[in-house]
Amino acid sequence: MAQAQLEMKPGVRVDLLPPRRHPLTEFWRRYRRNRLAVVGLVIALLFVVTGIGSPWIAPYSYTEQNLDAVELPPSWAHPLGTDDLGRDQFSRLVWAARTALIVAPSATVVGVTLGLLFGLMAGYFGGWVDRIIMRLSDVLFAFPGLLFALLIAATLQPRFEQWLLQFEVTKPWVRSGYVEFLVVITALSAVGWPGLARLVRGQILSLREEPFIEAAEALGIPAHRILFRHLLPNALPPVIVAISMGMGGAILAEASLSFLGIGIQPPTPSWGGMIINNFQYWRKPSAPWMLWAPGLIVAALVFAFNFIGDGLNEALNPRDQR
Amino acid sequence: MLKYIVNRLLWLPVLLVIISFITFALGVYGPGDPVQQLLGQRSDPETVARIRRELGLDRPLVIQYIDYVRRALRGDLGESITVARGQPVIKLIARGLWVSIQLNAVVIALGVVVGIPLGVLAAVRRNTLLDYLTTAGVVMGISFPTFLTAPILLWLLSYQVRLLPPGGWDGVFSRSVILPALVLGAGPIAVFARQTRANLIEVLDQDYVRTARAKGLPELLVLGRHALRNALIPLITIFGLMLGGLVTGSFITETIFGIPGIGRLGFRAFSARDYPILTALTLLIAVSYTLANLLVDVVYALADPRIRYE
Repeated sequence: MAQAQLEMKPGVRVDLLPPRRHPLTEFWRRYRRNRLAVVGLVIALLFVVTGIGSPWIAPYSYTEQNLDAVELPPSWAHPLGTDDLGRDQFSRLVWAARTALIVAPSATVVGVTLGLLFGLMAGYFGGWVDRIIMRLSDVLFAFPGLLFALLIAATLQPRFEQWLLQFEVTKPWVRSGYVEFLVVITALSAVGWPGLARLVRGQILSLREEPFIEAAEALGIPAHRILFRHLLPNALPPVIVAISMGMGGAILAEASLSFLGIGIQPPTPSWGGMIINNFQYWRKPSAPWMLWAPGLIVAALVFAFNFIGDGLNEALNPRDQR
Repeated sequence: MLKYIVNRLLWLPVLLVIISFITFALGVYGPGDPVQQLLGQRSDPETVARIRRELGLDRPLVIQYIDYVRRALRGDLGESITVARGQPVIKLIARGLWVSIQLNAVVIALGVVVGIPLGVLAAVRRNTLLDYLTTAGVVMGISFPTFLTAPILLWLLSYQVRLLPPGGWDGVFSRSVILPALVLGAGPIAVFARQTRANLIEVLDQDYVRTARAKGLPELLVLGRHALRNALIPLITIFGLMLGGLVTGSFITETIFGIPGIGRLGFRAFSARDYPILTALTLLIAVSYTLANLLVDVVYALADPRIRYE
C-alpha cells in the first residue's frame, strides 16, 4: 500500500528503507547466504551434541577392553572396529569429542579474554602500556608455538599436581586426570592470546580517532566506561570471527599436543592421541580407518570453524550491505 | 627508514635475552631431569648428583644462565646431554638445519609455483567450477592436519602403490623428498592460492585496470603488467614469513618420515629433555622469525611506495 502511494508522485525519488527486522533475524538472514557457513554450523552443532551426550551416544565405555576382540575390522557390533586393546573405536571417538569440547572452548575463552584485555589496554592507553604489551606479544610470537606449548605443558604438569594435592577438595582431581586438561588449556591459551591482542589493538587504534570517542571523552566519561561500553562493542565483529577460527585452531593444537605425547594422557581419549596410538596401522593396509576416522574428524572441525568464521565475517561486516 | 631498521635491530638482542631466559628457566624448573633420563630410573642417586655437578646443573639458575650467555657470546651453545651425549649443540643443529632448509625450500617453491597460478586462475575465472574446485582444495589444504595427510599419503603412495619410499632422506634431489614436500606443501599452496585470488579480485576492480582495458590492451597484458604486479605485493608478507620459517623444522612431519632435520631433532630433544638443544633451537627460530619480519617490512615499503615508516 505504502509503495503504491509513493509511486504516485512522479519525479520524486524515494529511497525505500529495507523492512525493519529484529537484529538476530537480520543476522541469520545474512549468515545463511553463505551455504558453506551453514554446513560448518551443522558440523559444529553435531560436535557439541556428541560431546555433551557422549555417555548416551557411545555404545561402550572408552576404557572397556576386550582382549578377545582385538583389532577387529568394522562390524555391526563395532562400526569402526576395535583397537589394539579391543576397545571400541567408535565409542572412543565419541568420548574424544567430549575431551575436545572441554579443552578447545576453554582454551579459546581464556586466550580471547587475555587478548581482548591486553589489546584494549594497548590500543587505548598507548605509550609505555602499549610498548610493554606489544613487546610481550613479540616475544611470544617469536617462540615456536608448538614447542612453547610443549614446554609450558611439561613444566606446569607436576606443579599443578603438587598444588592441587594441598587441598582436600582438589586432591582426587590429580588421579582423575583433570590436571592434564588444566595443563593443556593453560598452554594453549598462553600461546593463543598475542594474535588476538594485536587484532584488537589495531581495531582500537582506528576507532579511537572516531568522533564518538572524542565526544565521550569530552563528556568526561571515565576510561573504563569508554573502553567497555564504547570501544569494545565496536571492536567485536573481527574478534568474533577470530574466536571461531581460534576454536578450530585449538582443536588442532590439542590434537597435535596429544599426538606428540604431551597433554591429555591415555586412557582419556583424544583424537590426536588416538591417531598416534593407531599409527601402527598405517603399516597394515587392512585397517586404514583406524587412522582416518580421528584425523578426518579433526579436519572436518577445523574446516567447519573456518567457514563459520567466514559466514560470521560476512554477516557482521556493516560495509557489506546486501 | 634506516633509523627504523636500526631501531628494530636493537630490539633483537633484548628479545633474545628474554627468550633464552624463559627457555632456560623452563629447562631448569621443567620436569624430567636430563641426567635421570640418561642414566635410567633406577640409577644410583650419587652418580646422578655427581654428573649433575660435572655438568654444572646444581648451581643456581641465574649463575647457570649468566654462564650460558657468556659462552653463547663466544659461539659455544653447550653440549647435548641426552640426544647425542657430549656432541656440541652447534654441530647437531647445523646438520639438521641444512636438511630442513633444503626441504622447506622445496615446500616454499611448491607454494609459489602451484599456489599463485591457481589463485590467478580462480580469480580470472571467478564463480566457475574451476574457482569452486580451487576454493575447496584451499580449504582442505588449510584444515587437514599433517598428522592426517602424512599417514594417508604414506599408506596410499608407499604401501598400496609402491611408488615412493616411505621416508628417510637422500638429499633434495631424490624421490624421498616428494612425500614430505607434498604433505608440508599443502598449507603454503593453499595460503598462496587464497591470498592471490583475493588480492587479484580486489585489484581487478580498480580504476587503473579499467583504464588499461579501456585503452584496448589485450587482457593478458592487463593482467600481467597492471593487475598481477599490484596483487602480488601483499604476498611479500607470507613469502617473507615462510622464509623465516625455513629454519623451523616440522616436528610432526619430519618425525613421521624420519627426516634428520631440525624438527625431528627438536622433538627428540624435547622427549629426552635435552635442554641445551632446545634452548639453542628456540633462539635460532626467534632470530630468524624477527629478521624475516623486519625484512618483510622493509621490502614491503620498497615495493609499495604508499607505505612509509616514520
